[in-house]
Amino acid sequence: MINGIHDLNKIVEEKHLAEKENQTIIKVSMSTCAITAGADTIFDYFKEVIEREENDTIKLISTGCMGLCHSEPTIEVTLPGKKPSIFGNLNVTKAEKILKDVKYNKTHETDVFMSDKLQKIVLKNCGFIDPENIFEAIGNNGYFALNKVLTSMKPQEVIDEIKLSGLRGRGGGGFPTGLKWQFAAKNKADQKYVVCNADEGDPGAFMDRSVLEGDPHAILEAMAICGYAIGADQGVIYIRAEYPLAIKRLEKAIMDANIHGLLGKNIFGTDFNFKIRLKYGAGAFVCGEETALLHSMEGKRGEPTLKPPFPAEAGYWEKPTNVNNVETYGNIPSIINKGALWFKNIGTEKSSGTKVFALAGKIRNVGLIEVPMGTTLEEVIFDIGGGIVGNKEFKAVQTGGPSGGCLTEKDLDTPIDFDNLIAKGSMMGSGGMIVMDEDDCMVAIAKFYLGFTVEESCGKCTPCRIGTKRLYEILERITDGKGCLKDLKLLKDLSNTIKRASLCGLGKTAPNPVLSTLRNFHDEYVTHVKDKKCPATVCIDLIQFTITDKCIGCTACAKACPTEAIMGRAKEKHFVYQDRCIKCGACYNACKFNAIEKR
Amino acid sequence: METVKIKINGIEIEAPKEVTILNAAKSVGIHIPSLCHLKIGEMDYINDCATCRICVVEVNGQQNLYPSCETRVAEGMDIVTNSTELIEIRKSILELLLSNHPKNCLTCSKSGECELQKLANEFRIKNIRFEGEESTYRIDNSAAIIRDIDKCIMCRRCETMCNKVQTCYVLSAVNRGFEAVISPTYEQDIEDTSCTFCGQCVAVCPVGALHERDYTWEAVEALADPSKITVAQIAPAVRVALGEEFGFEPGTDVSGKMVNVLKKMGFDHVFDTNFAADLTIMEEATELKSRIERYLAGDKDVKLPLLTSCCPAWVKFIEHNYPEMLDIPSTAKSPQQMFSSVIKEIWAKDMGLKREDVFMISIMPCLAKKYEASRVEFSKDGNRDTDLSISTRELANLIKQSGFNFKVLEDIPFDNPFGVSSGAADIFGRTGGVIEAATRTAYEWITGTSLENVDFSQLRGLEGVRIAEVPELTIDGSPLRIGIAHGLGSARELLDKIKNGEEILHAIEIMACKGGCVGGGGQPYHHGDFEIIKKRFEGIQARDNNKKMRKSHENPYIKELYEKYLGEPMSEKAHELLHTKYFPKKKN
Repeated sequence: MINGIHDLNKIVEEKHLAEKENQTIIKVSMSTCAITAGADTIFDYFKEVIEREENDTIKLISTGCMGLCHSEPTIEVTLPGKKPSIFGNLNVTKAEKILKDVKYNKTHETDVFMSDKLQKIVLKNCGFIDPENIFEAIGNNGYFALNKVLTSMKPQEVIDEIKLSGLRGRGGGGFPTGLKWQFAAKNKADQKYVVCNADEGDPGAFMDRSVLEGDPHAILEAMAICGYAIGADQGVIYIRAEYPLAIKRLEKAIMDANIHGLLGKNIFGTDFNFKIRLKYGAGAFVCGEETALLHSMEGKRGEPTLKPPFPAEAGYWEKPTNVNNVETYGNIPSIINKGALWFKNIGTEKSSGTKVFALAGKIRNVGLIEVPMGTTLEEVIFDIGGGIVGNKEFKAVQTGGPSGGCLTEKDLDTPIDFDNLIAKGSMMGSGGMIVMDEDDCMVAIAKFYLGFTVEESCGKCTPCRIGTKRLYEILERITDGKGCLKDLKLLKDLSNTIKRASLCGLGKTAPNPVLSTLRNFHDEYVTHVKDKKCPATVCIDLIQFTITDKCIGCTACAKACPTEAIMGRAKEKHFVYQDRCIKCGACYNACKFNAIEKR
Repeated sequence: METVKIKINGIEIEAPKEVTILNAAKSVGIHIPSLCHLKIGEMDYINDCATCRICVVEVNGQQNLYPSCETRVAEGMDIVTNSTELIEIRKSILELLLSNHPKNCLTCSKSGECELQKLANEFRIKNIRFEGEESTYRIDNSAAIIRDIDKCIMCRRCETMCNKVQTCYVLSAVNRGFEAVISPTYEQDIEDTSCTFCGQCVAVCPVGALHERDYTWEAVEALADPSKITVAQIAPAVRVALGEEFGFEPGTDVSGKMVNVLKKMGFDHVFDTNFAADLTIMEEATELKSRIERYLAGDKDVKLPLLTSCCPAWVKFIEHNYPEMLDIPSTAKSPQQMFSSVIKEIWAKDMGLKREDVFMISIMPCLAKKYEASRVEFSKDGNRDTDLSISTRELANLIKQSGFNFKVLEDIPFDNPFGVSSGAADIFGRTGGVIEAATRTAYEWITGTSLENVDFSQLRGLEGVRIAEVPELTIDGSPLRIGIAHGLGSARELLDKIKNGEEILHAIEIMACKGGCVGGGGQPYHHGDFEIIKKRFEGIQARDNNKKMRKSHENPYIKELYEKYLGEPMSEKAHELLHTKYFPKKKN
């Protein structure tokens, strides 16, 4: 039972004492993605060897995500008194070698790319502590902020601190968090709720999962702080059922926190009670919208409703409810511990703090990064992300997932913050960032994102239900080579209707990928509809495979063709019988003489 | 009243706080087109989901548009309702709806009454710019209601009606995105659900997605068949609503013209369901009297309150939702079924006819009556007691097709012997009427004295649940306590009170539709205007007020029927012909 600051301090001291021992620490990143890449095999290998050799000079820790997706599985090795080194792309052979070196007290330099432009607040413990061990969380300042607010701050002081910090909602909207708390605090009710939105659904986004898997206690602590500030004694984490590892670690964390009195009744001996439970979502994207989320939590159809009433007035079971996203909560303990001004000094004037991004697409260092607001797109893509794979040309970057827009080379110097991205026609969103290169067709990209919103629209309001479908069909027409110039105007007009008239954020932002690609890549659209060509040679119906004079008649292409569309005698130039060609590209891949042209 | 200052299209007005932009605009003569929105205060019905987005307006020049149907005015709001861009957006939304809506308006059951059609006409939509996939669903047929969901525009009105007002919980949105549609759970056929066929969903559906099973052509075929003797029976609420289809004010009693046109169309006999209403009272009042007497005699097994059983939607509701309470409703059949039994089992024999030779068509304000007519217990050797049941709307269509100028037809009376009825029978068509009629008779039978003032005003009104006492009639020294509910949600509320012992009552009347049968699902469309239902209500009451004979048991033909054929009320013969059983049904 942890009753006060002394108990917390004692745990920290014990941790430091333990660290002084002559022990090597090996941390294996064990997030879902790392496990998929084989981290569990590496962990089991180390464990087996250490146990077999009864080696007590090595301490093995399973941690959350280190953010290095490009090099998973990854481990961090710290020899006694030395700086930690990180090794990527582990396999058992490499692990064996590292273990051998460790025994001889010999270590190597970090062999994966680590940018010095990162600044970790939300991810500070991810990949650093064992998320399933509450003492590790406490040992790294966990629950100190909760202790501070409960023992030395009034609820309004907490809200003022959050307001002063300038923290804005990290789920996408960017609404000032302190203000949101203030509304919920102001509304009097016999019961209030704190809800954590862990229904992360953007394609390619995994920030929240990593935080929940890597540092679940920080979220619990933040929710309790929020509960204290707004006057709620119950918290619910709405988490998608597709996150089993996050669920497992959260359940363990909640249980441990309850056992040690950090959740439950009379926390730190005060009269503040707070309990947290999980509610599973079935993975509908629209349930990330707060009113839809609350309906889903109540067992109703996950559909948004008109605001007002806002959740702060009538939320979960019609009671005042504060809904924040995982990353937003992730900032709270640090703000309380280090002060609002510390936080305010990070980032830009109107967007303080950092932002976590899931960097994906045609980028070298795919991974999870946290950078101060105001970092430019160029820094993120080229300095941190390492530029484009295969030295291809950078073409565009999509921020904000399916709700965002694509930005181009001319936008690369944009300092990332909520307002700048909106001004550029995109948005921050929850933090997905997908990089595209010259091989990507922007019409096809717009179609891809729209396909997602068509699937995920709840179907409640007309513009989103039918509008996005029609928008998709127009794009389909264009990529099928059946479009005309009029379709471009239709796209624009329909996008405008959907954007302005839809009920919730999903519909209001659904046309963004279309509008931003139309604006930035208008010529590419025109080429599709006028010349019936796809410059990036992605749209199957608009490309043709032809054989040039380079052909020596090796017959490799004809053998590879599944539809017998390639004719020609051996040692003579072949040709493609276009009517039969299904454009699978097998010939293109089979030709060793660059004789097949894709246009 | 607190007010706020707002500007609509440049006009500065002061509007009551909490009023919607739509209503504030209306108050200064600005029309904002809307579609999904529907509010019927008297029914506690409000469809406020703001899904269609037709009524969106600009507020303070913001990029986000607001649905005026549900957005409340606030101090200083600057609202624009008719900018070029807004009109363009509204048109686009309409085109989107139309792009996923069948274009067979000419053959649609709602043609002429369709609110989407009306809007498309208002906006002069000539061309639909958005083409693409159209939803295709199977047509869900039942004996009473047909779901033609291809036409659904997801306005959610039916869902609100079914769940919030009627508490049947049958219709709701399923699937998502373009595939989202209103359906019973697991997309079951409506016949397999606990749908009561009250038809209120049909009454509020703005398009043709929900409509009645139309039997007009079957009626025409029967009329044209020389081997059939066609008999019509017409329910009390039909005569005060039918006129609406021919330019009469709602509530106008058009019985004379209705009888005339039916005769002209070829019905061999046009009788009045009112007669059977009087007959129902004979049985129900006897049942009430006997239950009360047994109760007073100390019989602990006697079931009180007695529940009326005239409304087939209500009967189906209790079978699904309160199967443990099926011993409470009166076993008396509904007037429709009593009438058909009498016609086929007594009158036909008297006329020297076989029951198969007689074709019984009932004309009802109701869609559930179609279902009731199809219940197996109401047929003999495959021959239904009520061969067809058509709604007021279907009758109107039939009249229009037949080419008679309804407005100028002469009034003629119903055929006898089943054409005479008391005022008590008329009020069956409005909420509280059945129980008032029963009280008039039960009073005289229990007290043995003549009732001077037959107007039990405490039983009248339009509140969803009403509880009234009849001090003139005492049981164990305390007055007779009567409960009245109309609308199935109100019925549920009252029944839960009975079940939990919170309310002790002796008799209860329940009608599935708000206002009673005058607001039935088969009546001419009211498009959300409850004043129409009120006027029908008043029309019914006027008929009662103007009659000399206002008690069912005074009907001479009723007396004759008992003397000649049935003996006493609740006699063995009466039981065989006039009473029924109820069956527990699963809830889903």
